[in-house]
Amino acid sequence: MERMDGSEAADVDRARAGDEGAFRGLVERHSRALFRLAFRMTRNEQDAEDVVQETFLKAYRQLDRFEGRSSFGSWLHRIAANCAYDALRRRERDKARAAVPGAEDELDALPAHDPSLDRLLHSKEVRRRVSVAMARLSPLERSAFVLRHFEQLSTREIGDALGLEASAAKQSVFRAVRKLRDALGLFVVPRERTETR
Amino acid sequence: MTPHLTDDELMLHHYGESEDSARAAAHLDACATCRAAYDAVIGALEAADAEGVPEPAPDYERRVWERLRPRLEATRRGARFAGIVRRTAAFGALAAALLLAFALGRMSRPPVVQVAQPISAPARERILLVAVGEHLERSQMVLIELQNAEPGDSVDISSERQRAADLVPANRLYRSAAQNAGEPGMAGVLDELERVLVEIAASPDAISSQELDGLRRRIEAQGILFKVQVVGSRVRDRERVSSVRGSQS
Repeated sequence: MERMDGSEAADVDRARAGDEGAFRGLVERHSRALFRLAFRMTRNEQDAEDVVQETFLKAYRQLDRFEGRSSFGSWLHRIAANCAYDALRRRERDKARAAVPGAEDELDALPAHDPSLDRLLHSKEVRRRVSVAMARLSPLERSAFVLRHFEQLSTREIGDALGLEASAAKQSVFRAVRKLRDALGLFVVPRERTETR
Repeated sequence: MTPHLTDDELMLHHYGESEDSARAAAHLDACATCRAAYDAVIGALEAADAEGVPEPAPDYERRVWERLRPRLEATRRGARFAGIVRRTAAFGALAAALLLAFALGRMSRPPVVQVAQPISAPARERILLVAVGEHLERSQMVLIELQNAEPGDSVDISSERQRAADLVPANRLYRSAAQNAGEPGMAGVLDELERVLVEIAASPDAISSQELDGLRRRIEAQGILFKVQVVGSRVRDRERVSSVRGSQS
């Protein structure tokens, strides 16, 4: 597990003691990466910015609970994942906002494989298919997938971040990958055989 | 040849979590069917990799801090206030518990040995009224702040939530003390207040506008804020009368 460097540990200690400048340093160091994670999960810039704010607020309130067993960044990413997951679930409840207009039709209407498309159109279609497929994942599937695939967390760590058993986290990742694969069908071919990560 | 790899095994192999990675790799080399299935998984994941994330503006970090800073200050103020509330509530709850214990003790058996002068009945009533009055005022503030919270995509109610959680144990004691003191009206309002405080305390720190509306509607439907204001006003009146009597005796 990633450890903190000395300067970051010192900033955390100073922030804990009430040094606002030290906390500002931590905010500036991590906000961009947190935005990327939050955007991947929420797929909405405004929501991602709100998640970043909530993450730092929660972190500030819980600084005393940070034990330094992982890096401060890892700790923040877990809080952000949790905030984004909560935001996704809230959005899911608000069906009108969660609905992707015509998502079902859009995906079904796309050709599984059209050799007449040139390379540019092909990649555009792939992006559209990925976008629609990602929008159709449940909040849990999307959260688990983003944490596994982009953040490279283990299924146990995903479970910890989302408050799930590791087995439930693993199944959520599997379902997400299956849905992506099924949505893309024969539309994608891997660049080359890759080794395991 | 070994049996085909399942979807789950292919994904575990890709993510390096396979229990028998060597077997999976050997099978993939030898089995065209599984290799095609594996390629489909890899292709989908590579496509997901290509999905872009907008790059925030160069001054993004500064903007995050500028938006965050006043909220941190509000959090600090809330923490200071919660500390005061906790200490005051603890004192009030202790006073009510002592009064309750004293009243129950008086009812259940006569004192065998008088070790200390008991608090006079008017003084006892004054202490209880002061403690309950303050408790109702603090509860009222939480309810008013929730009614006036700014709506948004995500509404931070962590301060109200924490204060409601702090008020619940004291409310239980006051409700119990009011029942034992033969004050069914006050006990009833405290019972309704307790349900609302428990609901607020059980809410997440941040809720959506819709959840906030729902919470407000439930508070309004019960008319709890009005009832708390009425009972609080009566308690203050009684406290004033009790205080005058006390000074005259």
